[in-house]
Amino acid sequence: MNNNNFIQGYCRIKDNTVLKNGELLFSEDSGTLNEFLKLAYQHFQTDYSKFFKMDRLSKLGFLCADVLLNNLKENNLFQENTAIVLANKSASLDTDRKYQKSIEDLDNYFPSPAVFVYTLPNICMGEISIRHKLYSENSFFIFDAFNADYLWEYTNSLLQNKKADSVLCGWVDVDEDSYEAFLYVVSANGNLNHTKEEITRLYFTNE
Amino acid sequence: MSNPIISYNNIISSLGFNSQEVVEQIAQQKTGLCTVTDYKTLDRPFISSMVDPEKLKEAYQKIVPSAHHTRLEQMMLVSLSDTIQKANIKLSGRVGLIISTTKGNIDVLDKKNPFSHERAYLSKLALEIGNFFGFTTEPIVVSNACVSGVLALSIAKRLIKGQKFDHIFVVAGDLVTKFIISGFNAFQALSDEPCRPYCKTRTGINIGEVATSALVTKDRSLAVEESVEIVGDASCNDANHISGPSRTGEGLYRSIESALKEAKLKYSEIDYISAHGTATQYNDEMESIAFNRCGMQETPINSLKGYFGHTLGASGLLETIIGMHSLKRDTLFSSLGFRELGVSHPLNIIQKPKKTPLNIFLKTASGFGGSNTAAIFKKI
Repeated sequence: MNNNNFIQGYCRIKDNTVLKNGELLFSEDSGTLNEFLKLAYQHFQTDYSKFFKMDRLSKLGFLCADVLLNNLKENNLFQENTAIVLANKSASLDTDRKYQKSIEDLDNYFPSPAVFVYTLPNICMGEISIRHKLYSENSFFIFDAFNADYLWEYTNSLLQNKKADSVLCGWVDVDEDSYEAFLYVVSANGNLNHTKEEITRLYFTNE
Repeated sequence: MSNPIISYNNIISSLGFNSQEVVEQIAQQKTGLCTVTDYKTLDRPFISSMVDPEKLKEAYQKIVPSAHHTRLEQMMLVSLSDTIQKANIKLSGRVGLIISTTKGNIDVLDKKNPFSHERAYLSKLALEIGNFFGFTTEPIVVSNACVSGVLALSIAKRLIKGQKFDHIFVVAGDLVTKFIISGFNAFQALSDEPCRPYCKTRTGINIGEVATSALVTKDRSLAVEESVEIVGDASCNDANHISGPSRTGEGLYRSIESALKEAKLKYSEIDYISAHGTATQYNDEMESIAFNRCGMQETPINSLKGYFGHTLGASGLLETIIGMHSLKRDTLFSSLGFRELGVSHPLNIIQKPKKTPLNIFLKTASGFGGSNTAAIFKKI
């Protein structure tokens, strides 16, 4: 497959830090993921009250996408037809476990629609789509570990077949105490070549 | 490169353990739905279509005499085993595996379930399936709410056209569990009677379970009688609400338009629509708006939820396979449960099985997260 696509930018949220294109934007040693995400939300003046209704996976993916897409918007690089291709290991297990607790015992039975709806990993893409008015392609994949190969293949196919003009892709995972978001935007223009090697290098460089 | 086709296929369901058997029941308007009384799952009887445990055990033991698999894995193994056996191709590096599911082995989170919680990771489920058959490529799990099954076919087509694979086996499945039933019940979306998609008297959804599988391939020498070409497909988000369908049918409308454009077809060339039709008030209403925006109010349409209920991540593949058999038989199958139109825009609901020449059909699905998928299939 021909590949004349480029990585326009990338963002990582991990270990209580937010990095965009390798630059440290925010770092705060807070106790829990929820607390950290709230502080990051305030730091970036996100101003989006629906954020507080989201589960941890959606909050994490939402914030990472927000930093990245807002930066593209500021530089007039944002494309309206942006698809979203995300992957992770734990799907929505973080919220699945929470929901399971609410139905485990008949004496303590309180299933909530507001929790149940987040027991799907693609809700995170729905939240990003609502925020940035993205009426484009969405797909959520599950792999045992970060897999640049399939993300690269699928992103190229969306761009080549003109299903999208740019693709927000990457990895967003929350599993008990561990979490990680690594998102990047691919389009016809950018500074970094969109290759499997480059995606893998950015993912493992840890910045 | 020409478009891939869908070939060998199987359905494991309350209506039978292979596609022909299941389709025969549908042709006779027999439903797989019945009343289930299981107070461990719900505090009142509910309507569902579930796979018979004894029949599953027997089929599973024929292929795996001694192994230890979860209920969903057993269903998927039995279904995929049938499809792989019929396809009879070597599982080389050119053969992919896509698994479509929304909740996978979610039942292992229950403290009474004997399996380890580890099995709830969808990649673990995928490895169980992949390793059992000896796939040499890493399995791909698609978990995209209720559009997963048809999206999996779209992804298979795209990966084959991108020359990543020559053939992809797609297997889809979800279970009826306390997790799912309690969730839809909390949404007050469960119907206490067999569901009635698009009907004025509809009262909500039924949840059912199936496992189903198919081969997607570029090799037309592997075609079967019911094979279809995947001529166009798209998935568009509503960008509106995470649990409520769009009031304008935005994502579904855009998905259909994009799929038609790719297929170079006009809406009037679609002979039949296999729609999502869950029988909830909002979903069916949204679909009527989207289909009307596309000019498809006259196109014969059905929902197959009256036969199986909503089978979640499997429904898109299940309903595509039945659509393929509908084309092969040149027969429109009835939208079971329908009496009188109960959506704001006109739809041409198929009320009785009807023999008519069929060449092209559209499959649609919509789900939580604002997801929608449309795919168009053509006889070869």
